Amino acid sequence: MTLPTADAPAPLLSVRGLEVTFGDNAEPVLHDVSFDIRPGERVAIVGQSGSGKSTIIGSILRLLPGDGHITGGSILLGNDDLATASEQHMRSVRGRRIGLVPQDPASNLNPSMRVGAQIADALAASGHRNGADVEKRVVELMTEAGIPEAKRRAKQYPHEFSGGMRQRVLIAIALSRQPELLIADEPTSALDVTVQRQILNHLQTLVDAHGTSLLFITHDLGVAADRTDRIIVMSEGRIVEVGTPAEILLNPQEDYTKRLVAAAPTAVAAVRVAAGSSTVKTGPILEVSHLVKEFKIRGQRGSILRAVDDVSFSVERGTTTAIVGESGSGKTTVARIILGLESATSGTALVDGEGITASRGQQRRALRRRVQPVFQDPYGSLDPTYSIEKLIDEPLRIFKVGDRRSRQDRVAELLDQVALPRTVAQRRPNELSGGQRQRVAIARALALEPELLICDEAVSALDVLVQEQILTLLADLQSNLGLSYLFITHDLAVVRQIAHNVVVMKSGEVMEEGATDAVFRSPSSGYTRELLSAIPGASLVS
Amino acid sequence: MTVVEVRNPGLGSARGRVWRSLLKSPLGLTGGIMLAIVVVLGLLAPLIAPYGPAEVHFDAPFQQPGTVGYILGTDDLGRDIFSRMLFGIRVSLQVGIMSVVLAVVVGTPLGLLAGYWRGLDGVISRLTDVTLAFPFLIIAVGLSAISGPSLTNAAIALGIAQIPTMIRVVRGETLRIKETDFVLGAKTMDASGVRIIFSHILPNAVSAIIVQATVIMPVAVIGEALLSFLGLGIQPPTPSLGIMLSDAQQYISRAPTAAIFPGLAIVLICLGFNLFGDALRDALDPTNSSRK
Amino acid sequence: MLNYLVTRLWQSVVTLILASIVVFLGVRQLPGDPALAMAGEEATPERVEAIREQLGLNESLITQYLKFVGNMLRGDFGQSTRTGAQVTDLVAATLPVTLWLSAYAIVVAVVVGVLLGIIAERFRGRWPEWMANALALIGLSVPNFWLGILAILYLAVAFGLFPASGYVPITQDPIQGFYHLTLPAIILGTSLAAVIMRQTRASMIETMKTDFVRTARAKGLSRQRVLVRYGLRNSLIVVVTIIGLQLGGLISGAVVTERIFALPGFGKLTLDAVFTRDYPVIQAVVLLITVGYILINLAVDILYSVINPRIRVGGKS
Repeated sequence: MTLPTADAPAPLLSVRGLEVTFGDNAEPVLHDVSFDIRPGERVAIVGQSGSGKSTIIGSILRLLPGDGHITGGSILLGNDDLATASEQHMRSVRGRRIGLVPQDPASNLNPSMRVGAQIADALAASGHRNGADVEKRVVELMTEAGIPEAKRRAKQYPHEFSGGMRQRVLIAIALSRQPELLIADEPTSALDVTVQRQILNHLQTLVDAHGTSLLFITHDLGVAADRTDRIIVMSEGRIVEVGTPAEILLNPQEDYTKRLVAAAPTAVAAVRVAAGSSTVKTGPILEVSHLVKEFKIRGQRGSILRAVDDVSFSVERGTTTAIVGESGSGKTTVARIILGLESATSGTALVDGEGITASRGQQRRALRRRVQPVFQDPYGSLDPTYSIEKLIDEPLRIFKVGDRRSRQDRVAELLDQVALPRTVAQRRPNELSGGQRQRVAIARALALEPELLICDEAVSALDVLVQEQILTLLADLQSNLGLSYLFITHDLAVVRQIAHNVVVMKSGEVMEEGATDAVFRSPSSGYTRELLSAIPGASLVS
Repeated sequence: MTVVEVRNPGLGSARGRVWRSLLKSPLGLTGGIMLAIVVVLGLLAPLIAPYGPAEVHFDAPFQQPGTVGYILGTDDLGRDIFSRMLFGIRVSLQVGIMSVVLAVVVGTPLGLLAGYWRGLDGVISRLTDVTLAFPFLIIAVGLSAISGPSLTNAAIALGIAQIPTMIRVVRGETLRIKETDFVLGAKTMDASGVRIIFSHILPNAVSAIIVQATVIMPVAVIGEALLSFLGLGIQPPTPSLGIMLSDAQQYISRAPTAAIFPGLAIVLICLGFNLFGDALRDALDPTNSSRK
Repeated sequence: MLNYLVTRLWQSVVTLILASIVVFLGVRQLPGDPALAMAGEEATPERVEAIREQLGLNESLITQYLKFVGNMLRGDFGQSTRTGAQVTDLVAATLPVTLWLSAYAIVVAVVVGVLLGIIAERFRGRWPEWMANALALIGLSVPNFWLGILAILYLAVAFGLFPASGYVPITQDPIQGFYHLTLPAIILGTSLAAVIMRQTRASMIETMKTDFVRTARAKGLSRQRVLVRYGLRNSLIVVVTIIGLQLGGLISGAVVTERIFALPGFGKLTLDAVFTRDYPVIQAVVLLITVGYILINLAVDILYSVINPRIRVGGKS
């Protein structure tokens, strides 16, 4: 724990021994949290979900959700103790002295209020009343936040803005009254990596220009390292370690930090590609050629969106191919076509020479068994009314494989393969953690002994430590069972860890494809280079 | 070395959690007790009631409540109000259950179809719109004009009027569940629509259907009383709380208690269902049970 | 927006046509031969046949339906078999009573319901919320006609606070008119107020939990201001939706309320017609209520789209 030394300037914000509890007799969720932020300093708090990092923000702004309350410690902003300040006093702190850039741009703007009015609201809180003045200032703030045509767009509603633009509106709101401290709560984790970089750059410029202090909350060690002067690592409501980005990344002291750094895909990518396993058959398991998918745009007669535009690639047996791209790149549509959930407008996706959409009846069912999906959200992909056993043997029942006994044995075997205790068989999904659930989803996908798994963002929803475990499991399964993977992801770091080959997509088209190493070392397309340079933390490692 | 995150440690099945949560809520418990009383009274009416529901005692009209032999007094014909009330509760519950069953049996499949197959959605929406355009009283008016007022007609009118909301609830649930990854997963295994509906969508929609049933029940009980009060529902000599109120209105200033007790019985039934339904909804709401 | 309106209008027309078919077929299910009923018991078969011809009962079903629709569109509902009066005149005389009563009840319900909903949200976990919740539960659980009987007994008869019955046209004497309608309107509005209160409360609580409210408070806005600017607007949308959904219950409630307070409205006309098997009147009543319901719902939906920008301004997403 760093305590202020004699020669350091007086801290702007000083948190001491903060303890927060939800409910009356519950265990505190924050224990003895102490840290300082000096004027103009940029500090990051890094932690996984449930580490208590969001609770710190709620405490500083005194906007804790539900029945959460501060049960100990102090939060000094200058000479004011915010931990005990009155609601009246807090109103003069919020917005004026501390601004907040919240996490999810989709839910943080009032959907039924014009964007300009929501910025004006922030100004009105300070007593700005003159209509023309306010309007002018709103346009100024929006322009400053990087929103083009601010005058026109101020009259629009949030749903008419893209995610990145909404985040810029939120930045405009947070900076509208030039606060001394800006708290950014995972401000870009919901955005694509290139948009994320633009916005973070812009935010940094604005913060630097105004000399504002920054408290940056993130789960991404790479982002924290890129953007701040000091990193506070949190776990389970306690501060684990504090240090400069270089100290934390290159010389972590605590066990937890070491594991976090090792697992951080963005910063120090440990390559974990399974050595090409020795399978009898060779040649591609999946061949996609000249695939096109067009959607009609609703409401506009005749206009057509080419979601997938002449895409070709193949997956070799026993290897992993990743399709990487940002939202709207068409990568998920490709996966859906291969799974037979969507039919292609033209072109083919052949599994071992046969196409799912073209086949019928028995042939189609046989093909289905060989290709199985693993989805992104382990909370949504398992029916909550089923027991784990029923979930895993559902594919066997649908395909009428074996009898009751043999299915039970198979479930036990599958649980072993994904390293879950057999006792979970009788439990239900909501009793398991996210990582455990994803293991169940993998076991279920393996039930029919498929040759190809389509993993659609299969680790994106998981915390980084859990993510690493699942990637290791997938690599083990690949070398043991000779599986092939098609990995759909937006995360280049994950690609580097698991994929033999990579296909880079943008707006429905393939930008580049090739062996992962080659693509990462010498990308041929400009877009790939842009993606690579946008990976947070890259600068520090290379 | 592995990071273990355990959710809801030590808690049993989801069903067990719902029951525990229901019993912990004082309002839900109160509602449950009210319902238990009402159901026991209704079921055992023939055993508990001292007199038959239509038994007249011309020698004892307008007895005060508390009179020996007539706990709650008698009406203008000397009929025992307590006995009539018990049989009235029985009829209320009977009509209520009949209309809930009708709404569930018709509304659930239509809601599933409308939610699952887009092509049917428009057709079913128009049908629900048309049904909504006929308030239950108007359906009852129509049915009694055609085949005379009766218990069955009242239950049918009340049930039909509740079908659209049931469709809406089930359709909404179906739309939500249809988009989940576990349904997508079943589709990649060529599971048929019927299989997906019965093995995934319906089980996940059951709790919403049950909650909606607890909403329909009090509406139907009040509706039955209203129809019977107007002469469009149960016909004498079958006892009904609504008929008792309608009779009592004639001599209200002479014997107000004859109107008060049957009304209280209706309130007891409806309050029971409303309290229980609210607690059930809270218990089933996932955002209430697991807080981060 | 325009697309939405056109679709919505088209749907209403389809619903209207379907509803008129239901009524038309329903009327044909009525027991007894209308020709026989009109001709009287002692009429000769020739006379009955002549009336059948005259009523068009021998024509095809489709021709009869078209004639039926034609008559309705012209406002020709025939004559009451009981009094011989034109049904149109009967409707014109009674409909205003019911419309005033219902409108008054809606206003009472919205004011009381929204106010209690706000109170419940504002004082969460304290006694005003408990009171408001209890009132709403009681409002939902108490049959309004029973409440009406009790109100007459205790408020009107015992204390003379309100007139127990009687109707004064509001256009004639506004003060007396509203005075006579006040108690019936309160009684009729009870359950609607209860539903509105519960939904307003739920929507307010939901809104106050959203991320955008936290963001608004982080701007430095006071809780009250956020409640008014953010919570109330959303609950307005909720209230409009509820009124559309509860209209059927309101109509049923109006009939019984009129009966209890002896108001000469549409409900009385309906009940009298039912008990005297006055089929032309029943047909007119059913059809008018249905058409009215569909039109009001159309209006509600249009209003809804006006206050909800996501429908008003076609979204990209």
